[in-house]
Amino acid sequence: MSQSTHGLGGLKYDPAKRSRPQELNVFIALIVIVAAFEILGRLLMGDSFLLNTRDNVDTFFNEQRLQIIILQVSIVGIIGLGVTQVIISGGIDLSSGSIVGATAMIAMSFAQVATVNGNPNPKAIFGDWAMDLPVIVPVVVGLSCGLFAGLINGALIAYTRIPPFIATLGMMVTARGLSKWWSKGNPISFPTDGYATIGKGMMPVVIFIVLAVLFHCIMTYTKYGKHCYAIGSNEAAARMSGINTEHHKILVYTIAGGLASLAAVVLSSKNLTAQAGMGVMYELDAIAMAVIGGVSLQGGRGSILGTVLGALIFGVIISGFTFLKLDAYYQEMVKGIIIVAAVVLDQWRQKGRSRG
Amino acid sequence: MEDIVLETRGLTKRYGGVHALEDANFILRKGEHVAVVGDNGAGKSTFVRQVTAVEQKSAGQIFFDGKEVNFEGPLQAREAGIETVFQTLALADDLDVPSNLFLGREMFKFRLGPFSILDRKAMRERTLEALKTTAVKIPNVDNPIRNMSGGQRQCVSIARTAAFASKLVIMDEPTAALGVQETAQVENIIRGLKDRGVPLILISHNLRQVFDLVDRIVVFRRGRIVASLRKDETDGNDIVSYITGVKGTDAAFA
Ligand SMILES: Nc1ncnc2c1ncn2[C@@H]1O[C@H](COP(=O)(O)OP(=O)(O)O)[C@@H](O)[C@H]1O
Ligand SMILES: [Mg+2]
Repeated sequence: MSQSTHGLGGLKYDPAKRSRPQELNVFIALIVIVAAFEILGRLLMGDSFLLNTRDNVDTFFNEQRLQIIILQVSIVGIIGLGVTQVIISGGIDLSSGSIVGATAMIAMSFAQVATVNGNPNPKAIFGDWAMDLPVIVPVVVGLSCGLFAGLINGALIAYTRIPPFIATLGMMVTARGLSKWWSKGNPISFPTDGYATIGKGMMPVVIFIVLAVLFHCIMTYTKYGKHCYAIGSNEAAARMSGINTEHHKILVYTIAGGLASLAAVVLSSKNLTAQAGMGVMYELDAIAMAVIGGVSLQGGRGSILGTVLGALIFGVIISGFTFLKLDAYYQEMVKGIIIVAAVVLDQWRQKGRSRG
Repeated sequence: MEDIVLETRGLTKRYGGVHALEDANFILRKGEHVAVVGDNGAGKSTFVRQVTAVEQKSAGQIFFDGKEVNFEGPLQAREAGIETVFQTLALADDLDVPSNLFLGREMFKFRLGPFSILDRKAMRERTLEALKTTAVKIPNVDNPIRNMSGGQRQCVSIARTAAFASKLVIMDEPTAALGVQETAQVENIIRGLKDRGVPLILISHNLRQVFDLVDRIVVFRRGRIVASLRKDETDGNDIVSYITGVKGTDAAFA
């Protein structure tokens, strides 16, 4: 490539300035982190992080560990998909963890069996009419809760111009209050077999992957996705271009709420119970996955693929800490540090680019 | 009457107590290129925002293409045939050139409400055509425009306007931030519009450029139109005295 000057009357354009896709950087980070745990494991524990070291199992990789990693990130990952499109369109959603709590409680109330071991369900919330309902009922009720909460978030943000941070903080507190009030703090348990299959085994992973592919396509190939990037990039420009930013935002937050409630259904099904404290801090974990995956808190940049990679990094780090037998308290602290580091990295990247 | 493209009668905009635009009576004829000049804060951009319905006017009437219009938003104005380059670039930095050109009027392969599938190939091809007809050269249209120079970005914005131009083009200080060569490029695009008979409202502080390009000059001062002069009946000094208020302050302008 010899022609370094082309374009407008000799305006310089340097092809090397083209930034490498963000996702590649995140992928490299993932590999580096896995490698770090591998090395630390061999040095400190005399064991491999990634590879199978047990004699009774005939696999190359430590598949059990890999399964745990993806299983533990897939439920928060579902929320992360919704949060990603919120952040890309220039917003933030702090309410997803509480929506998980409220939805889990409400959905589970409609998913209970009438009798447990011959006795009436000791955790029954409603009367007989709400027992042994087909699985579609709790699922629809649950999703409606999340969609409705998201709709309120979106309407507040779009029409009252309350900053997303405040509006969703209000929803965070309100929805958590609702989940505590719902059964006066008692757990709700004993779901029907139908409900229990939703989150059984590797089902959360399957659901996460299907949704990730779906949302990747939505963000990449549809008008909706394009407008998310446009609004997050320059809201005034989007409005001047004729995009109905209010309607778009309402849709964005509604979808985010819907995904949070779907995560709640999967989680309560997997755990076979719902508790008022379910999903606490999930909103931050989901935001962290997105930010680690290169989704910019300034809006306009990032991708679903990035968030999926971010979720994997997240899972690897937690799993790696367990592997190294580090205290759970460290995990929380390190999570915090990672989030801040990812945001600092993003800002630093922006600075390097603004006068590029 | 037949040959009037745009007319405003008593167009007024107040922001709280600020009278940004007062009783503006403005006429633009078919094929005509008119410059709007005036000091900073004179109300030029405000005028543009009312005509394009980015904001809702406080009072007055707007006639476009033979009938009175009350656009509800910029999209309606654009669908009616008014293309605008706003002073603050209405571009999304994180999107590539075709996405910016087609922002808010995407082409689809398949309609499905908000989740309609974009026809990216068609938009890319039409973008390349648009850049060709406006003689704008962008090295790689698939890059986010963030990485482009100010001149290139402005050219994207202008190419968007020129490519979709149907009935009226408005440019608010399109060359204010550009270098000499980039300015020349934009001026060429404007001459192209003149050749194609597309009417233009050009807001500019550059009197050399204004006298070069347009047929008529309208002067704004403190939210009011204080002069409307054919290029051949005025000169730079005359215009400056209207801009600064030496002339035309009390004179009833008809
Ligand atoms: N959104 C707004 N709110 C309040 N005042 C405004 C707003 N927009 C413009 N103004 C005021 O209106 C006047 C005209 O501004 P503007 O149309 O931008 O001038 P120009 O484009 O001629 O430089 C200025 O006094 C400006 O401060
Ligand atoms: Mg202005």
